[in-house]
Amino acid sequence: MSSSAAEVKNRPPRQLGDRVFKGLATGAASLILIALAGVGIFLTSEGFPAFTASKSQIPGEVTIVAYIWPLVFGTVLGAAIALLIAAPLSIGVALFISHYAPRRLAAPLGYLIDLLAAVPSVVYGLWGIFYLAPRMTPLFLWLDQHVSFIPLFSGPASPTGRTMLTVGVVLAVMILPISTALCREVFLQTPRLHEEAALALGATRWEMVRMTVFPHARSGMVSAAMLGLGRALGETMAVAMVLSVSGVVTFNLISSTNPSTIAANIALQFPEATGVAVNVLVASGLVLFILTFLINFAARAVVNRRKEFSGAN
Amino acid sequence: MNRSSLSRTALLGVVSLTAALGLSACGAGNEKSSSDTTSPSSGGTSLSGTLNGSGSSAQEAAMAAWKAGFQTANPSVTVNYDPAGSSAGREQFIAGSVPFAGSDAYLTTDELKAATKTCGAAPIEVPVYVSPIAVIYNLPGVDKLQLSPATLTQIFAGKITQWDDPAIAADNPSAKLPSTAITTVHRSDGSGTTDNFTDYMNQVDSTDWTYGQTDTWPIKSGEGAEGTSGVVAAVTQGQGTIGYADNSAAGSLSKASIKVGSSYVAPSAAAASKVLDESKPVPGRDATTDQAIAVNRTSTTAGVYPLILVSYQIVCPKYSSSSTANLVKAFETYVVSSDGQAAAAKAAGSAPLTSALSQKAQAAIDTIAG
Repeated sequence: MSSSAAEVKNRPPRQLGDRVFKGLATGAASLILIALAGVGIFLTSEGFPAFTASKSQIPGEVTIVAYIWPLVFGTVLGAAIALLIAAPLSIGVALFISHYAPRRLAAPLGYLIDLLAAVPSVVYGLWGIFYLAPRMTPLFLWLDQHVSFIPLFSGPASPTGRTMLTVGVVLAVMILPISTALCREVFLQTPRLHEEAALALGATRWEMVRMTVFPHARSGMVSAAMLGLGRALGETMAVAMVLSVSGVVTFNLISSTNPSTIAANIALQFPEATGVAVNVLVASGLVLFILTFLINFAARAVVNRRKEFSGAN
Repeated sequence: MNRSSLSRTALLGVVSLTAALGLSACGAGNEKSSSDTTSPSSGGTSLSGTLNGSGSSAQEAAMAAWKAGFQTANPSVTVNYDPAGSSAGREQFIAGSVPFAGSDAYLTTDELKAATKTCGAAPIEVPVYVSPIAVIYNLPGVDKLQLSPATLTQIFAGKITQWDDPAIAADNPSAKLPSTAITTVHRSDGSGTTDNFTDYMNQVDSTDWTYGQTDTWPIKSGEGAEGTSGVVAAVTQGQGTIGYADNSAAGSLSKASIKVGSSYVAPSAAAASKVLDESKPVPGRDATTDQAIAVNRTSTTAGVYPLILVSYQIVCPKYSSSSTANLVKAFETYVVSSDGQAAAAKAAGSAPLTSALSQKAQAAIDTIAG
């Protein structure tokens, strides 16, 4: 009797707490949606005049499509190079930390990788300009001299090293921490029994990783890559500082003339932009917004499709 | 312009919030609120309050010196300057959100109309910052480079691509020029320096430079770099590179001399201010208050360096509050004074205004109704 009375007494405050917390959580969740919708509305309403503007009002006197297309191309190209470098690297690093490194080494190494994420992008930009770019120059010269028949390296090699390939490397280093951290987490979640079973059947460690860890982590690795890609697409400062931009569309990765990226172009042109030029920049921002959305949707679709085969359930 | 007002307003909100925060931080120390301003224009120290400006980033270093000098003379005045860019500064001035703007270009005819509406009378434009633009290059073995205007233009237009080109050799008979490829370095962001540099090429050789005067580099070749420091870094790192940057930022890089008349002139503050004496005011404006200068880039007078950047400050002839008017008047008076110009020259390596220009600017500033 007394205990149930106590329960009854305890219930009202708990309900209050429940209600408050529910309210807070719902509020936080809807705030995100409102913020996102606000950004979308702003980009659309401010970017719209650019789509109806005449050629003469747009910087460079081109159509809006001709203005934004090279930027989209550059954005995707830079991010793709970064992903191409960072994805295998982060899977390797994550695998080393989760399955190969001795425990005493694994933890500090994990922290170090996470620390890379804390470095501001301006610092990566400075590192790109003053350290990486000059050291890439000899490589570009070599590529230009020996393999210039490949369109990617058709040259002429940039004498300063501030090229799309350098930017790709800088971006790869920037997205490495987030991809690695995610991969490491999913690798660690491989069921212990699966791994032991594989080893018991006589598999080597690499075979065990291939048979149990990778199938289990496939969707996780895809999301890790996509998160990294998202960061690379939107990176502004480092690209604006490192890349020598010209507004061309080219797959040539080692010359001085490179396509700019949407984010970097906004950062570079906004301070001196007036009138419709501002609308054009906002419109390019809208395109980036949509691009990022599409890539995230695609990633989610991939993850969902793979889920039933992953062995995670 | 109306269409972008939302984004500008948002930006302004952030800027004014920052200014307000900075203000309250200072206010606590000074124990004086920002709005109480005392007796009009009776020599420096009686002034108090806050003066906000926005615009040209080229003026930033000079502005730091002016702020320091003016605030030392008037301890209860705070001057804030947001180096948001010339266009942003002009736009904010026209919107009435800042009492003065710094700009590397004078107001366009449309902007002039809008600003006249904002001020209630034609705005006052005075040149405050004159700086030579140096043509910097990095070519090992060539310490001294001379360029005629046509050669310079052809290099930047991409028509001369190698350092041992006959045109360059003709300008430099004694130099040993290597066959290195030329990499031109330009600003990848919109910039008053680019605006003045393209104006120069447009005036001296419009057959080779067909792209007109523009603040964004118009050609899709050469190397782009962000900001003056980015250009200097790119020129320093590459071999066979050539670019343009504010003379004070060129550091230890070699600077080319430009052919004027029959001699070659190296960039210097003295040679830069000389060209202003030869330049005419922009036609169609009241030259007493609107001192926009059409720089004479084609001068042939010996010892003149025509590749310069002229940056202005734009103010209203009257303000709704007399305290703001007095602050603006006192500040601008200091900026164009020999003290102010010397401080800027020391801090930013600019060319001080000649005394004739300084007096003319002062006369315009005197028309501000206090």
